Amino acid sequence: MSSFDVELVRKDFPILERTVGDGQPLVYLDSAASSQKPRQVIDAMNAYYEHHHANVHRGVHTLAEEATAAYEGARDKVAAFINAPDRREVIFTKNSSEALNLVASVLGWAGEPYGLGRGDRVVITQMEHHSNIVPWQLTCQRSGAELAWLNLTDDGRLDLSNLDEVIDASTKVVSVVHVSNILGTINPLDAIVRRAHDVGAIVVVDASQSAPHLPLDVQRLGADFVAFTGHKMLGPTGIGVLWGRAELLSELPPFLGGGEMVGTVNMEGSTYAPIPHKYEAGTMPIAEAIGLGAAVDYLTALGMENVAAHERELVGYALERLGTVEGLRLVGPQTAEAHGAAISFTLEVEGLGEIHPHDVGQVLDEQGIAVRVGQHCARPVCVRYGIPATTRASFSVYTTKAEVDALVEGLEYVKRFFGA
Amino acid sequence: MKLDSMYQEIILDHYRNPHHKGLRDEFGAEVHHINPTCGDEVTLRVHLTDPGSGQDAVVRDVSYESAGCSISQASASVMSDLVIGKTVAEALKVGDVFLELMQSKGEAEGDEEVLEDAVAFAGVSKFPARVKCALLSWMALKDATAQALAAGADVAQETKESGAQ
Repeated sequence: MSSFDVELVRKDFPILERTVGDGQPLVYLDSAASSQKPRQVIDAMNAYYEHHHANVHRGVHTLAEEATAAYEGARDKVAAFINAPDRREVIFTKNSSEALNLVASVLGWAGEPYGLGRGDRVVITQMEHHSNIVPWQLTCQRSGAELAWLNLTDDGRLDLSNLDEVIDASTKVVSVVHVSNILGTINPLDAIVRRAHDVGAIVVVDASQSAPHLPLDVQRLGADFVAFTGHKMLGPTGIGVLWGRAELLSELPPFLGGGEMVGTVNMEGSTYAPIPHKYEAGTMPIAEAIGLGAAVDYLTALGMENVAAHERELVGYALERLGTVEGLRLVGPQTAEAHGAAISFTLEVEGLGEIHPHDVGQVLDEQGIAVRVGQHCARPVCVRYGIPATTRASFSVYTTKAEVDALVEGLEYVKRFFGA
Repeated sequence: MKLDSMYQEIILDHYRNPHHKGLRDEFGAEVHHINPTCGDEVTLRVHLTDPGSGQDAVVRDVSYESAGCSISQASASVMSDLVIGKTVAEALKVGDVFLELMQSKGEAEGDEEVLEDAVAFAGVSKFPARVKCALLSWMALKDATAQALAAGADVAQETKESGAQ
């Protein structure tokens, strides 16, 4: 598809035809929590279950061969999608959280030279999703390493003014989000990756909110590990990806033990399979991997440059329209520059003060508009800006300007509803 | 399901003009409760008359500072209206009746004799995500009265012991 036609795209998503409440058309603005799925993804998973299902890598019969080819084919598709130099570097996980836990755990367990211990530092940022905070807290508690972080500026960007002090010579790991799920900020990874590599640190990137929206090239990114999840990028739940450099993955210890991740098992001990299988213990979510492969095909056909351009235009339009809503305060970058497809805000009404996001979300829902409300698994961001929670509208390939207009009208109604 | 069944005018009134709000200096116990799903928070103080008398102690004052959604705010206001002046046993009984209403999934109307303004929350029970908001201050009250009674029992015990010397 050379030109991007959002109305054509929408026809591929059956759920967008449904109504909610009293027959209100669905205005789905919660794609950062989970995107909807195109018919192509649903069909691919159904076809797999109807015609090809068997366990992978384990049988010599026809179905086992077909299932294995489809599962490994999905790995090839993902590898191409992120421009991985080596297909073995694509590890399937349950989601981004598991991918990040995998990295944090094995770096905690590894000995020299990669392992974490007393005197080592792990650097994250204040805008991380809890899934890129808690695994590192756990690893630091267990290994004795110290956790440090980059703070946020008032306008929702990373404060890099003390980058060289935070990422100091003792830093062994820097784990940072590419695009903030709550603020929408697109982070300048170049500077962070450069500094981290200068001190010899491993760089982990949480790409959960960038893989669905921006061209993702792991070689150009320069990181050592990249994590993302299927269900936010038009794929099914239950499948995520960890990309890692082959030499690192080969040297680091296994994460989960079990079937298929082994070489030879003796009662006294075992050897491990080569990557990627070393990190894929037990029966994997095969249908989900195939669904993710179909999602990647779909996004590739749209063209990630086209997707990014469509969403950039939507974000610009939304920021402009939301700016007209009296009492609305954006949380995060105020301009469309380096602003991803999620916009958080608070809403105030005269005489009453701030309307709690749960109330905003509930009254919007009555109008068929689905937004996310709360702390978005990023409580430190809410604390940083002194707010209990935010309302977040987030976009995907199928989001239209008319839906942004519906949101703006919906917010005006919310103010009238609660206003005294 | 109409949203109006959740946002009753009584609820919106309490939300806009909460009763008994603000922390007051006289109290036997203070607790801080949060509802992590939406970040509602309440700091609640309870002041009992003669806390050494256990369940018969009277709730003289409930004061609170809170931040959160209309449901949690209004519920704290309605709750303090309901329990101030009652004995601990009576107050907790009302709390149990309210809990039952919140767990009714929209099936119960609530006993207005017991719950007064709190029957307006019947509609909230149809929204599972919001039930915790309505219950937040009631849970805080339960916790605070238990702590105030425990502290009162200690004091009563000490008084008895020092009196015996």
